[in-house]
Amino acid sequence: MNQPISTGSEWTFELLEAYDQAIAKEAERFKLDTYPNQIEVITSEQMMDAYSSVGMPLNYHHWSFGKQFVNTQQNYRRGHMGLAYEIVINSSPSIAYLMEENTMTMQALVIAHACYGHNSFFKGNYLFRTWTNASAIIDYLLFAKHYIAECEERYGIDEVEKLLDSCHALMNYGVNRYKRPHPISAEEERKRQKKRSEILQQQVNALWDTIPKKHADEDETRPKYPRYPKEPEENILYFMEKNAPLLEPWQREVIRIVRKIAQYFYPQKQTQVMNEGWASFWHYTLLHALYEKNLVTDGFMMEFLHSHSSVIYQPPYDSPYYSGINPYTLGYNMYQDIKRICENPTDEDREWFPEIAGADWLDTLHEAMRNYKDESFIQQFLSPRLMRELHLFTVLDDEKRSNLVVSAIHDESGYREVRRNLAEQYNLGTREPNIQVYSVNVRGDRSLTLRHFQHNDRPLGESTEEMLRHVHRLWGFDVRLESVKGDEVVKTFHCPPRPESPGIAH
Amino acid sequence: MSYIIDRRLNGKNKSSVNRQRFLRRYRNHIKKAVSDAVKQRSITDLESGSEITIPSRDLSEPVFHHGPGGVNTRVFPGNKEFVPGDEIQRPRGGGAGGGGGKASNSGEGEDEFVFQIDRDEFLEFLFEDLELPHMVKKQLADSSDYKTVQAGFTNQGNPERLNIVRSLRGAHARRIALSGSSRRQIKALEREKAELLEQPADDARDIRLADIDEELELLRAKVSRMPFLDTFDLKFNNLIKTPVPSSKAVMFCVMDVSGSMTQSIKDMAKRFFLLLYMFLKRAYKRIDVVFIRHHTQAKEVDEEEFFYSRETGGTIVSSAIALTAEVIEARYPPGDWNIYVAQASDGDNWDGDSDACRDLLLERIMPKVQYFSYVEITTGEHQNLWFEYERVREAFPDVFAMEKIETVGDIYPVFRELFSRREQRTG
Repeated sequence: MNQPISTGSEWTFELLEAYDQAIAKEAERFKLDTYPNQIEVITSEQMMDAYSSVGMPLNYHHWSFGKQFVNTQQNYRRGHMGLAYEIVINSSPSIAYLMEENTMTMQALVIAHACYGHNSFFKGNYLFRTWTNASAIIDYLLFAKHYIAECEERYGIDEVEKLLDSCHALMNYGVNRYKRPHPISAEEERKRQKKRSEILQQQVNALWDTIPKKHADEDETRPKYPRYPKEPEENILYFMEKNAPLLEPWQREVIRIVRKIAQYFYPQKQTQVMNEGWASFWHYTLLHALYEKNLVTDGFMMEFLHSHSSVIYQPPYDSPYYSGINPYTLGYNMYQDIKRICENPTDEDREWFPEIAGADWLDTLHEAMRNYKDESFIQQFLSPRLMRELHLFTVLDDEKRSNLVVSAIHDESGYREVRRNLAEQYNLGTREPNIQVYSVNVRGDRSLTLRHFQHNDRPLGESTEEMLRHVHRLWGFDVRLESVKGDEVVKTFHCPPRPESPGIAH
Repeated sequence: MSYIIDRRLNGKNKSSVNRQRFLRRYRNHIKKAVSDAVKQRSITDLESGSEITIPSRDLSEPVFHHGPGGVNTRVFPGNKEFVPGDEIQRPRGGGAGGGGGKASNSGEGEDEFVFQIDRDEFLEFLFEDLELPHMVKKQLADSSDYKTVQAGFTNQGNPERLNIVRSLRGAHARRIALSGSSRRQIKALEREKAELLEQPADDARDIRLADIDEELELLRAKVSRMPFLDTFDLKFNNLIKTPVPSSKAVMFCVMDVSGSMTQSIKDMAKRFFLLLYMFLKRAYKRIDVVFIRHHTQAKEVDEEEFFYSRETGGTIVSSAIALTAEVIEARYPPGDWNIYVAQASDGDNWDGDSDACRDLLLERIMPKVQYFSYVEITTGEHQNLWFEYERVREAFPDVFAMEKIETVGDIYPVFRELFSRREQRTG
């Protein structure tokens, strides 16, 4: 008969270690493969600091992080908001923050959730394996911080701030969605940085070799020269870094930093449901394993279950607390559901999931965690039973119809549609407008044309003009954005705004 | 493999640079909010920071996003009554951006971005335009001078602070306490010895006496080994710093409220009064503020009425000067009070009255005050009141200051002389 590790609610460093070891033992039993853990105990003020630099232990300075901080501080002081119990960083060793105010139970929950749940996800999931280099990120951030501080010293805070504003605005368009990235290494980065800036500038100069003719007498609809770039470029920041005519080398480097960081966070955006669900599933499973071995008390479990159930609570759509689908709920329930399908499949499950019904649940779960992102995970594994449990339904909003329509619900005829709709909702490619660099008037006025390829006829929002000003700041010459439906340009935005007649454009 | 690290002692102000960047970027918004806050505050209430509200749209960080329109599907949880084909009215207010319009009607607080600045930042923004030299700003923000005062005793300190009486008293007490049992035994043994000595001598008695002598010797040696003064006994005078504002002062705010004084002129005057108040606050423990406003008649009022009620009519400045003199005579004897008078006006006065003002000042006010400052807030020409006041300045160059103010930036010079004189006196 085991003795409980602790009975009170106060934590100590010895107890943290004891819990960590006990949880690690269970995690190993469940084949959770993790980076080494670095568990840091911090105060609530430090937590607010961590919050406002997008969770990173260090970052360059920017007013938007200050805004985030001020906002967090205000909400926290007024008691509008509790702080998150934990922040965990995808690095090696993986850094997890525990707040000193937490009780022993909460600390154990956080250790299970972050240090073994998230951590194993970071190490296992294919997106993280492909896109991020956990051992290099901290060094890279340090490099970025120093580099930007140096730029501020040399070119003034305002200059750098303006540039960063524009880069941040375009951050979502600073990622390669399909191409494989080169892993970043800070050491290499530093070495190559100087050389690169020279080479870059040469390339840019080569592109702009010809002296521009102001009133080029060419027909814009039928250019004599091949279009540049040959294929539309989805990574707008990358395109700016390599091709914007007027940027200084340091500005190109800053753009590069922002897009590298954007790329680093990109997998997290694509796996929110899977990642949070995975961590929640494992804190639940690991702590129950401790309970079965009598390592924790009944009181511990009561407290744990209380916070667990509030974390995975999904308010219904008509509740005042509703703010979208809770990724913890969806993810946690899906993993539990997969486990159930493996262990106790019903006839329905056998029909829908013939490959996994009755399979080994642990292998199936690991397999799912490794090889999917939210969109494909939902498309593949969301079961009719879970759709019924969550009472999911789809609302169709078509501007051509006067009313919204409930197009599918959790019934036999609707399962597939609801599942497809939900998966689509997590497809970043359709959630954000699809905007790409379409062409550059290389021989003429150097103007840049972006194209927005409409999806489901959805137009651009009211921020578009402002966004174009940011693009214009980076590009330095006229910028045009064409919104395209099929093959037809339905709307064009200009920056600087252009009167109808061409020719006064200067 | 886990490492557990205690980071709690690491710095917690990692975000302060980012916070400063934020304040810097929105300084115009914050300045406006601060000057609005000043309008709502009493001039004696400067101990707290302030809440700043900025419209959210002004500090949005834009991204490309979809606007309303097109075809859009959204999945919601918690279906209760819907069946496929049900139609729902579009939520009003253009929320068609995703049938989700109905989802978040709780987002009201998002129109405004609210945060807190502390007192120092508040003052920084408040006085930004006043062009105060840095030294002065610091003096204003700091609290008053310090005096070191005796506050009990400590066990540690440097030798010059050693308190001899206390230390010896402590040593004495210790010696008594620690040697108590030994001395009790000595007494008992001595009593026994005296008794034995009275008995007839025999061997047993002599042996006992020898024992007692031996024991006594041991005990006395033990008592004498007790140190006379131990480091433990040393007591040092403990000195702490406490703020010492020198004494009490009264500040008269005198303002013309005739029709020609607009609200913006009054707001400027308020900055002026505020600055004087803060300056006095540094120097004095207790400050009374007396508000006197006047048009053709003067009246003592409360702060609210002073700044925000409107009057019309002509201007007779001497009425206010006379009232000030009366209040001083009645309530603030110059022997007990440091008297400061600050007067703000747009320079208008009834022609025949200005020399009366001068006489009143020269006879009844100037001899009693520490400092009289007059600001004329106008963009026009000087009128006869100014010229009469110039004669007062000639008579009392040390304690009379006057300045014409067109913008808030002109306020500070009025104080410059006052500050510099204080520096000399204290330095």
